[in-house]
Amino acid sequence: MSAAGTRAARTGARPFATAPVYVVGLALAAVVLVPIVYVALGGFRTNSQIAADPAGLPDPWVSHNYADVITAGTFWRQLGNSMIVAAIATALIVGVSSLACYPLSRMEFRGREAIYTFFTFGLLFPVAVAALPLYLLLHQLGLLESLLGIALPEAAFGIPITIIILRPFMRAVPVELEDAAAMDGCGHFGFFWRILLPLSRPALVTVIILSVITSWNNYILPFLVLTDPGHWTLPLGVANYSTEHSADTAGILAFTTVSMVPALLFFLAAERRIVGGLSGAVKG
Amino acid sequence: VSNIDGVTAGRARARPAVRRPRGTWLEIALFLAPAVALYAVFLIVPVVEAVRYSLYAWDGLGPLTDFVRLGNYREAFGDAEFRQAMGHNGILVALSLILQLPLSLGVALLLNRPLRGRSVLRLLFFTPYVLSEAITAVIFLQLLQPDGLVDAALRDVGLGGLVQLWLADTKLVFYTLFVVITWKYIGFAIILFLAGLQGVPSELHEAAAMDGASSWESFRFVTLPLLGPTIRIWAFLAVIGSIQLFDIVWIMTRGGPAGASSTMASYMIDQGVNSYRLGYATAVAVILFGICFVFSLLYQVLVLRRDVAGGTARMAG
Repeated sequence: MSAAGTRAARTGARPFATAPVYVVGLALAAVVLVPIVYVALGGFRTNSQIAADPAGLPDPWVSHNYADVITAGTFWRQLGNSMIVAAIATALIVGVSSLACYPLSRMEFRGREAIYTFFTFGLLFPVAVAALPLYLLLHQLGLLESLLGIALPEAAFGIPITIIILRPFMRAVPVELEDAAAMDGCGHFGFFWRILLPLSRPALVTVIILSVITSWNNYILPFLVLTDPGHWTLPLGVANYSTEHSADTAGILAFTTVSMVPALLFFLAAERRIVGGLSGAVKG
Repeated sequence: VSNIDGVTAGRARARPAVRRPRGTWLEIALFLAPAVALYAVFLIVPVVEAVRYSLYAWDGLGPLTDFVRLGNYREAFGDAEFRQAMGHNGILVALSLILQLPLSLGVALLLNRPLRGRSVLRLLFFTPYVLSEAITAVIFLQLLQPDGLVDAALRDVGLGGLVQLWLADTKLVFYTLFVVITWKYIGFAIILFLAGLQGVPSELHEAAAMDGASSWESFRFVTLPLLGPTIRIWAFLAVIGSIQLFDIVWIMTRGGPAGASSTMASYMIDQGVNSYRLGYATAVAVILFGICFVFSLLYQVLVLRRDVAGGTARMAG
């Protein structure tokens, strides 16, 4: 991106007024940042400070709100639950979708396109449409109050997009590699495991990121399925914390800030892949 | 997020279809079985069940006995609250297209210029998108409390007269939510358009400039047409997202006060969870799906068809 930018600069397509551009850019940056910074700073204030001057800065800075969040078990338990759900859902999605993509991309058999279409059809169903019947199904299966009960539907709803992203990648792997592997005595699963999967790594990374983010942010399923606070995931925990402790504004702000940290760290660590993966995946 | 048809679709299509008859049926079945099983049990079954439940008056507990045919659907379309919720989804679609599109396109054009700190700004604008809906909702719940940051800031700059009951005024609450939604999702549009702008060769602008085009003309006749496919995909996602909106609405207002900020999805969950009307609520879910489905099909046929290389074209199968 920056390469293209400097090229445009060199060729000097058009002169531009720098100052207004910066003013607009900084104003927008402020709009994005102020809510986040306000919440983070608010966690360093006391409730009486916030009540006296909602727009003020911490004076003096207090750390007990954050200390409470970090030393109490609630946040860590919810973080752990979210990680378990995301890990199970992502492992399932990537596992079953890549297995299915192998015959769908590299074998010829009757009904292949029908099966592919059957999978892509799932894109049209948001989780919300199926949320209530899903609740009843999980009830019948004894999976209410269970993290597996969240992860399994998340995985099912993630299959369509994963197959759609993976299939063209797997299809593009040269046939010669498959022939060579066969000559070396490599069976279908051996080829899939040793050659196809490693070569599909870029697509797998995109798919994993998509799946982790979707699972991490999922609210409606945990909301319906998990009533026991010990099972809550982070989004559910954050939303419920603010209603349960509504008198403790500073506590809410601290809890919310701490819950943002994992997503922000993940974003900073994988920014290029996330942005590239998401925009690339959509843009086509 | 629906209909993402792969970065590589174009690349793959350049290759001839792979000819491989060598898998036996058993092998093929073994590779496909786990995905088919998971997908069937946790996606197909609930969706089919939704359609079945929607034909009954049912509280979700007893047996399914009170078959009401299309009664739930008739009731929904006649219900003032549901119609209000549908109207809100409609307003949301319109506002997204009318306000978010120019705004995000403008910011993308801005960031596409040589600008110091551009990558930081890009990172910043995308940050709300990676925060969960729940966190976004809680942040703005705090900001928009009476005498919260927004009110205090307005008073501090002498605009105290503008202070409103942002989340309690029935005339205002839905537009307040729209601002929150825009804050959350606009970064995605910006990133998408920036990626699209990278594909517009600067030579074209130079050529246009040499032909005496003003910068507006250059934008209108060079940039905009080349961004067309990206804009059309974004519009599709924005409309579908607006129709399905739930999390932020539910956490911030539960669709209230008095249904003033409801969406179809929040109405559905409210009917199912708070009123124990599961048959009726699934009928609403099916309507919601039907609207998305019809829109997707029409959009594929009428709008996306010409973007042959564009991702979603093959989505409907």
